[in-house]
Amino acid sequence: MKLFIVLPILIPFATAIVSLFVRRWILAQRILGAVGAAGLLGAALVLLRMVEGKGIQVVQIGNWPAPYGITLVADLFSSIMVTLAGLIGFAVAVYSLASMDTQREKFGYYTFLHIMLMGVCGAFLTGDLFNLYVWFEVLLISSFVLMALGGERAQMAGALKYVTLNLVSSALFLAGTGILYGKVGTLNMADLAYKLSLEPQSNLISSSAMLFLIAFGIKAAIFPLFFWLPDSYHTPPVAVSAIFAGLLTKVGVYAMIRAFTLFFVQDVGFTHTLILVLAGLTMVTGVLGAVAQNEMRRLLSFHIISQIGYILMGLGLFTSLALAGAIFFILHVSIVKVALFLVSGVVERLRGTGQLKELGGLYRAYPCLAVLFMIPAMSLAGIPPLSGFFAKLALVKAGLEMQQYAIVITALGVSLLTLFSMIKIWGEVFWKPEPTKSEYICSEQPQILKKTQILFLSPIVLLAFLTVLLGLAAEPFFTLATRAAEQLLDPSEYIHAVFGGKP
Amino acid sequence: MDTILAIVIGGLFAAGFYSLLRRSIVKLVIGIILLSNATNLLIFTASGLTRGRPPLVIEGADALAHPHADPLPQALILTAIVIGFGVLAFVLVLVHRAYQTIETDDMDKIKGIDT
Repeated sequence: MKLFIVLPILIPFATAIVSLFVRRWILAQRILGAVGAAGLLGAALVLLRMVEGKGIQVVQIGNWPAPYGITLVADLFSSIMVTLAGLIGFAVAVYSLASMDTQREKFGYYTFLHIMLMGVCGAFLTGDLFNLYVWFEVLLISSFVLMALGGERAQMAGALKYVTLNLVSSALFLAGTGILYGKVGTLNMADLAYKLSLEPQSNLISSSAMLFLIAFGIKAAIFPLFFWLPDSYHTPPVAVSAIFAGLLTKVGVYAMIRAFTLFFVQDVGFTHTLILVLAGLTMVTGVLGAVAQNEMRRLLSFHIISQIGYILMGLGLFTSLALAGAIFFILHVSIVKVALFLVSGVVERLRGTGQLKELGGLYRAYPCLAVLFMIPAMSLAGIPPLSGFFAKLALVKAGLEMQQYAIVITALGVSLLTLFSMIKIWGEVFWKPEPTKSEYICSEQPQILKKTQILFLSPIVLLAFLTVLLGLAAEPFFTLATRAAEQLLDPSEYIHAVFGGKP
Repeated sequence: MDTILAIVIGGLFAAGFYSLLRRSIVKLVIGIILLSNATNLLIFTASGLTRGRPPLVIEGADALAHPHADPLPQALILTAIVIGFGVLAFVLVLVHRAYQTIETDDMDKIKGIDT
């Protein structure tokens, strides 16, 4: 039973190791890459079911009792996130089978993909602050490699910025951890929550809370710390962009939600109001940046930022409905974002460019692809009955209940601008006639696409189907998100589970 | 001792961030080294310095005598040093490779070529 908590870490680890052993045999690596990701998804679903039925699951690694050993904790929120990681890992692994060049595959693309997935799952499952740092480093260093793998000019420039800013964030995270340990004397999250709840509110704790806010904020790309993201996310191959867009910023957001619901809750009036303000600014700057862009993947990168704002809005409002909305929003936006990036990859493959000016006429040439773009794009903008609508509805409703009208108006306005920029892509890429002077059309590439068409399109179809499903059958998912949010708001259940009954 | 170390840590952080803001990518690497060392020292100092009191149970006693050095921060630093070393090795290779590909070490010139 306890095994299922460790499996989401073990499966990608084993996959990565085995694919190192078969590194000269690319076919085996490819099969392993896809099967391993499917295995992760399966294990994550089992874990989610178990947590849903039996409550929070805990494993003490090495059998050391709670505050001394490393604890792995799977509550509903983390098992939802692990499931999301499995789903996106699987979609991207399948897409990589079609899109990744053999050069990158030879140099261990699948190995690093799976090490990154291991880091992501570890970060979601750990119950120890220092351990969280270690998992962050695991996923960061493999994401550095994925970012730089291939060594193209643009990739190098992108990777330099990505690496530097993320290392600064790690240093600040570690500094915050050190100060917190000096003050409280523990790094086990449940123990922290317990000890900090006894502590009268102190400036030293608020100062390390702010260090954590900045450290996680850089990783989550919130305002004003997001500049590395749109400068780097469009440089690597599309499959890599897609998994970064879907998962990595969400790890930062996850860490932020975990920290600011479990143990940094002494001074909600200050910290969560600050988060709310940052949320509004993140939404606005992200979407304004997106509106100004003329390249598909850059435009989508800016949308990652503005969507992070919505999730933070849920955290800042800090009610059960708002947090449920935030969790539902994470699910929705990861799925939709990955689908959009994958579509942009297919477009780039078909036309050899992502520049909106040089594209056009794709609706006439590939109507199915146009539909596959339209579904996630409308979902991102929040058109009913797709998933984005319900996610935003919950957040707006929570905002109105808390009488935070400024953030509600911002959220609705940003939603409109999102719709505008999605329609801009639609109009430029799919609707307008193909530009006559286009020298970029490669006559051979669609042929290559024919052979691997199904691998290109099936992940997009799966994700598009899921966003429709999340919209049409929102209720069971939303109930799950609400239960996860209630667990987050009541840390005593978490603390109780980690210490096995003893306080 | 705490005060001196606090000043040293502050100086290291300042020097690290200053180097990160320089235009040369070699100084960027130096900045990263300084930052990770400053952080390690910070963990060491923040958890309290206790001299000459190893956390060992004396023969005959069944618990630690109270003022003793906390071994945990040192374990954390050890982990952080190892991780920092690995990351630094990667950054060095990346910077070298970037220099070869882009043919400049000036961050201002690297700025425009990410398309």
